[in-house]
Amino acid sequence: MSQTGTLMGFVHRRRRGAELFLLVLALMVGIGAYAAVGLGVEGVVPADLVGYGGWLTALIVAAHITVRIVAPYADPVLLPLVAALNGLGLAVIRRLDLTYEAIGLDQHTFARQQLIWMTLGVILFIATLVLLRDHRVLQRFTYTAGLIGIFLLILPFLPLVGREINGARIWINVAGFSFQPGEVAKVLLVIAFAGYLVLHRDALALAGRRVVFIDLPRGRDLGPILAMFGVSMMILVLQNDLGSSLLFFGLFLAMLYVATERPGWLVVGGLLFGAGALAAYTFVGNVQNRFNFWLHPMDHYEDTPGSYQLVEALFGQGWGGLIGRGFGNGFPERVPFAYSDFIISTVGEELGLAAIMAVILCYGLIVERALRIALISRDGFGKLLAVGLGAIVALQVFVVVGGVTGLIPLTGLTTPFLSYGGSSLVANWVIVALLLRVSDQARRPAPRLDPGDDAGADSESTQVVKLR
Amino acid sequence: MSELTLFLIRMAFLAILWIFVLSAISVIRSDMFGARVPETARNGAPAPGRKGKAAAKAPRKPRRGAPTHLLVVEGENPGTRAELADAPLLIGRGSDAAIKLDDDYVSTRHARVAASGDEWFVEDLGSTNGTYVGPVRITQPTTIGLGVQVRVGKTILELRK
Repeated sequence: MSQTGTLMGFVHRRRRGAELFLLVLALMVGIGAYAAVGLGVEGVVPADLVGYGGWLTALIVAAHITVRIVAPYADPVLLPLVAALNGLGLAVIRRLDLTYEAIGLDQHTFARQQLIWMTLGVILFIATLVLLRDHRVLQRFTYTAGLIGIFLLILPFLPLVGREINGARIWINVAGFSFQPGEVAKVLLVIAFAGYLVLHRDALALAGRRVVFIDLPRGRDLGPILAMFGVSMMILVLQNDLGSSLLFFGLFLAMLYVATERPGWLVVGGLLFGAGALAAYTFVGNVQNRFNFWLHPMDHYEDTPGSYQLVEALFGQGWGGLIGRGFGNGFPERVPFAYSDFIISTVGEELGLAAIMAVILCYGLIVERALRIALISRDGFGKLLAVGLGAIVALQVFVVVGGVTGLIPLTGLTTPFLSYGGSSLVANWVIVALLLRVSDQARRPAPRLDPGDDAGADSESTQVVKLR
Repeated sequence: MSELTLFLIRMAFLAILWIFVLSAISVIRSDMFGARVPETARNGAPAPGRKGKAAAKAPRKPRRGAPTHLLVVEGENPGTRAELADAPLLIGRGSDAAIKLDDDYVSTRHARVAASGDEWFVEDLGSTNGTYVGPVRITQPTTIGLGVQVRVGKTILELRK
């Protein structure tokens, strides 16, 4: 690439001041949303605004100070984006809680639980940054991470701890807490994929036979990772967890493509996906339903199972229009699970398209930063790790927002940072901590070469030395 | 609460949300191009926050003055030197190398020495036989101080005052 000269001459600044400025804005978004919820729904500023705002501020300040101390060169935009999304999510969940309480539902403390989970997430975020000073250490645990990841995926099947909620057997119950181990497993599997691919990508890309248009890699190179992938896919399909299987499939494909630089993988993956989707459509009634609800939502409004949830969400978003009805003036409670999978429709109804766009832009920026970190990272493992973590966020948002807005068939997944869901929130905070750690390493001033330039130059300039 | 007040609250919140998003984008915009630090400032001002990493990576002797040149102390071309003022310096067998070595175990573009702040780094450019600082084969840019021996192929180089 031609930018080598410019990249060499430039030193990344730390930009912690910019991060602080953005964090103040992010807190204004979070606390402002909470105040607006109180004003809109109850007509008064919430009584606990100071306590709530103080708690949120304390969490964010703690995270910021940790970044300042242990990762001074980390990316300045990621933490504010996450803080804003989490704050907005808390306020929207709180808004739903108030209505659930008013109409007499039992469960109306989601916001408080979410705040507890967020606290836990921030603690884990800080712990990750403090304990993990160099992300390359994780490379040593390639197979360990893979095995633990698969073990966590199997965990819900075990008789004592596993639990089935809403038709998906993806929960475990430990000491009164429900937890989705799959959320943690996805982080571990990214580490495993990255660690494996960074060692074997050359063999995967170069060694092997060419069949029709595609270079097939050798079995011994592809075998372990294919096994890891196959097992996790199988478990997810058995668990009836469509969203997660889609997520893992896309993640695996994206990382394989980035590692080998072979577009052929995308073709193979696309065909495999098509075949898998067709098979699922033919043999799994549930999938067929999802397709029908997606194509003709209005026809199945009164069926059970029907498209009631999706249709109500679409009505809500339409009713919201460009700038929404305002907090308290919509009817998001009509949508089942408005606080988790369908939180985007609540945002759309009460804050309108303007807010949905802002939220999607925030996710876009998170993914952009992850890819940027991958570009400037100096080691292959860091690159793959950043790509994988970015792909998780991107795919998750695409699958769930696409589903709720009717772009693609609906599959259940949480919206990162926004939805109610402890396991997801905690795992996502750890993802951000890992991204910040990689970016801190990548942005530290050190003479740096553009990786693309390196790869091109090596092939022509490195010679095989005399082998005696 | 009147309709108008609620409308204003809603608009104010949307404004805050978008101000946040746009500020984030503007931070990224300036972040992408970074700050070009002049050469003089780079050599003068110490860059804090990197000390811990540097100490872990390479044994550093106490600094009594800044190094001025890179010298081949052992190998096929002893005495070859390159001024650090011309940094970054390329080490290898190729004709574009600042220190051109006639060592069969050295790649055409083998390693690079460059400055960052007041510290000097050596970075392996994907050479066949690797670059060693002391006994350790390096995998990433590594700080070197005065007199630290950098081995490429059968050649040993040092930073000298």
